[in-house]
Amino acid sequence: MLNHKTAIACVALLCMAWPAGAMADDGAPPSNANNNSLFDSASGMFDEGKLLATGGVSTVEGSGGGGITTWALISGYGTRDGVGLNAHFTYIDLPDYAFWSPGVAIDLYDRVELSYAYQTFDTEHVGAELGLGDGYSFHQNVWGAKVKLFGDAVYDQDSWLPQVAVGAQYKQNDRSSLIHAIGGKSADGIDYYVAATKLFLAESVLVDATLRETKANQFGILGFGGNLNDSYSTEFEGSAAYLFSRNFAVGAEVRTKPSNLGIAQEDDAWDVFAAYFLNKNLSLTVAYADLGNIVIKDHQQGVYLSLQGGI
Amino acid sequence: MKIQLAFTTALVVVLACFVARPSMADDSLYGDLGQKDGIAKIVDAATTNFLADTRISATFSDTNISRFKGLLVSQLCVVAGGPCEYKGQSMHDAHKGLHLTNADFNALVEDLQRGMDTAGVPFRVQNRLLARLAPMHQDVVTR
Repeated sequence: MLNHKTAIACVALLCMAWPAGAMADDGAPPSNANNNSLFDSASGMFDEGKLLATGGVSTVEGSGGGGITTWALISGYGTRDGVGLNAHFTYIDLPDYAFWSPGVAIDLYDRVELSYAYQTFDTEHVGAELGLGDGYSFHQNVWGAKVKLFGDAVYDQDSWLPQVAVGAQYKQNDRSSLIHAIGGKSADGIDYYVAATKLFLAESVLVDATLRETKANQFGILGFGGNLNDSYSTEFEGSAAYLFSRNFAVGAEVRTKPSNLGIAQEDDAWDVFAAYFLNKNLSLTVAYADLGNIVIKDHQQGVYLSLQGGI
Repeated sequence: MKIQLAFTTALVVVLACFVARPSMADDSLYGDLGQKDGIAKIVDAATTNFLADTRISATFSDTNISRFKGLLVSQLCVVAGGPCEYKGQSMHDAHKGLHLTNADFNALVEDLQRGMDTAGVPFRVQNRLLARLAPMHQDVVTR
């Protein structure tokens, strides 16, 4: 299942993240800061000044959040005076399919997040059953932009106000003719969302609720709109995580999805996850995800792995 | 599937309700921090970290460290609901000339967190204290 490209991308990501990540201890101050460096935490652009884990991790769509839910947090570790850059690789092993996605995100002044992910959905043997050929794959570009509007999920501990952000994701699928053949209306589409995230620090709990306007079928892998419905639906994403330490959080997520295609009922998705932050340069998320029915196969539950490295 | 969805949604809602209790300004945090002795240990360890941290150590170059420690102990004691009186300047006045950035504030937080680790304060108790200190962000960060 894990083909060569996937393995290469994994190794490349590890190589990128490891030199910076392996040595540093979380929260340990730099012992010999170079004042002229772009990477100097005191005065550089890449200030890595946010607290550990407060940028979240990378979603399957490349935006900052959990695994399948997008949060209002701005990805990465740049403060309001700095910027950050991160890359991730996500792999989901389902009983009848496989999904993987490398992606990158840049965070600007803890205000704006720009992201890109390149998703591959491998139909494995189902491709042959459907007459498409064994290992038939869908590919999708996902370009994302998110802007924090108000509130601070971390500092505003004396207020009920969450951090609120709005964003959009432009998704472009490479299987236009097949998508139209199965009843889809378009191979590209734009999702719009508003996300509210709050860290209840005294309780060591983080909660997010997100509303998404979307036409996407299976996150856009099966196109946008369909013969049953071709208008936008309002969908819900929610997650809650408990922080066991500064490095380790465990939580659950749920995401509702429209069911626009006549060929198959589309189910909602959920997962339970554990995220481990080695330091600000490297984090690993492991989840058990249930994506429900996908085309002719029910019960698509499997393991989700995601590695994020950044500066 | 729908049952699982309902379960997960219920979990999120229950957690949200659980956390949505107003935090009480009682003295249980003071006890959980180990009262005045515990807070003194935290302040000792944290101050050692502040002074060794190249990101922020320069901020303390003109500081009378023993006086600073005494003020910080009484301030954390008050914040934790303990029977103390803080006689220092307000957070706003104490930091207004320092031009501290958001990253400087977070460096202080990280050093305090490691100081609490050294003093043996459990993570959940650390977070209860940090939750009461976090709003000071707007008075401390002036750049």
